Amino acid sequence: MTLWVAILVAAAIAFGLKLAGYLVPASLLAGPRVKRITAALPIALLAALIATQTFTVPGGGLTVDARLAAVGVAVVALLLRAPFIVVVVLGAATAALLRAMGWA
Amino acid sequence: MTDGAPAPGALPRGERRVVVREALSVGVATGAYGISFGALAVAAGLDVWQAMALSLLMFTGGSQFAFVGIVANGLHAAPAAIAASSLLGVRNGLYALELTQLLGVRGARRVAAAHLTIDESTAVAVSQDDARASRLGFWLTGASVFTLWNLTTLAGALLGNALGDPRRYGLDAAACAAFTALLWPRLRSRDAVAIAAVAAVVAVVLSPGLPAGVPVLVAALAALIAWRTPRDGGSDASVGSMDHATNGVGEGTDAHVRGDGGRR
Repeated sequence: MTLWVAILVAAAIAFGLKLAGYLVPASLLAGPRVKRITAALPIALLAALIATQTFTVPGGGLTVDARLAAVGVAVVALLLRAPFIVVVVLGAATAALLRAMGWA
Repeated sequence: MTDGAPAPGALPRGERRVVVREALSVGVATGAYGISFGALAVAAGLDVWQAMALSLLMFTGGSQFAFVGIVANGLHAAPAAIAASSLLGVRNGLYALELTQLLGVRGARRVAAAHLTIDESTAVAVSQDDARASRLGFWLTGASVFTLWNLTTLAGALLGNALGDPRRYGLDAAACAAFTALLWPRLRSRDAVAIAAVAAVVAVVLSPGLPAGVPVLVAALAALIAWRTPRDGGSDASVGSMDHATNGVGEGTDAHVRGDGGRR
């Protein structure tokens, strides 16, 4: 599979899911349990992505480095109600600074 | 903008202006984070055209971030990247279920509505008290986010290319911060926090043994915790339904939505 094929397949599925919601009868999926689980999916996926992006190194090992500090700073920024872009920039700046100083 | 069904009379000018302002401000806030998506996409090994293809064709931020985050591990991780981005995209289908009545779209217009069905356009649409305002809010927010998100993805991708080594500028850590900001507004109930914690631990524990991306998919099973009925007085919405899903763009959309108090 080339990267282009992967991109087009993923984009087609994303669009198909959106369109399906307009085509299927609402009663099919409207149960509270189904709703709860589909609402919970992004929570589980995002938490898992944060964890793997923060602690893994290429090849599958685990490590603690500047990325953990970046997530810590991001959480503080979020507690202070900083907007998305500020959180992202502070995260990047934290890691860049620590690395420039040779600390992580 | 485009009303799907004949609406009785036009929206009063004052209300119209409020909806237009809300839609455009959401577009600007979301557009700003398209820069980080573009830069992260090229840092992950995509070229500028591939980053643009995701923003133009996939057009759902969380899935796009997930896709590039996993595919950064190499092409062998592509199936897991597709699976993760698709699971994150399921919620757009749920939004569509709710919007189909509200928007009253038919035929070919459903295709356009589907493409623009994302956290932000849904949040603006459902937060209006008036069906005409909902429709205007949906189309205008969708169009402004689409336009700005694609322009800023291009800018971010070109910028990322010019920067060189992504680690030196902390772009890998920017991805961690971005996911944290996307998750944050959803952690509003005990169940949500429990699901996030279980998923994070499962993903880390499995990472050394499994191919990249697969631990994330296994960890997604933590969502099944939501199977049981929430106990802490919560309704169905206790695990972040649409009310909580205004996403990372978040503070802008979120504050707005909370401010006008018109939500379920």
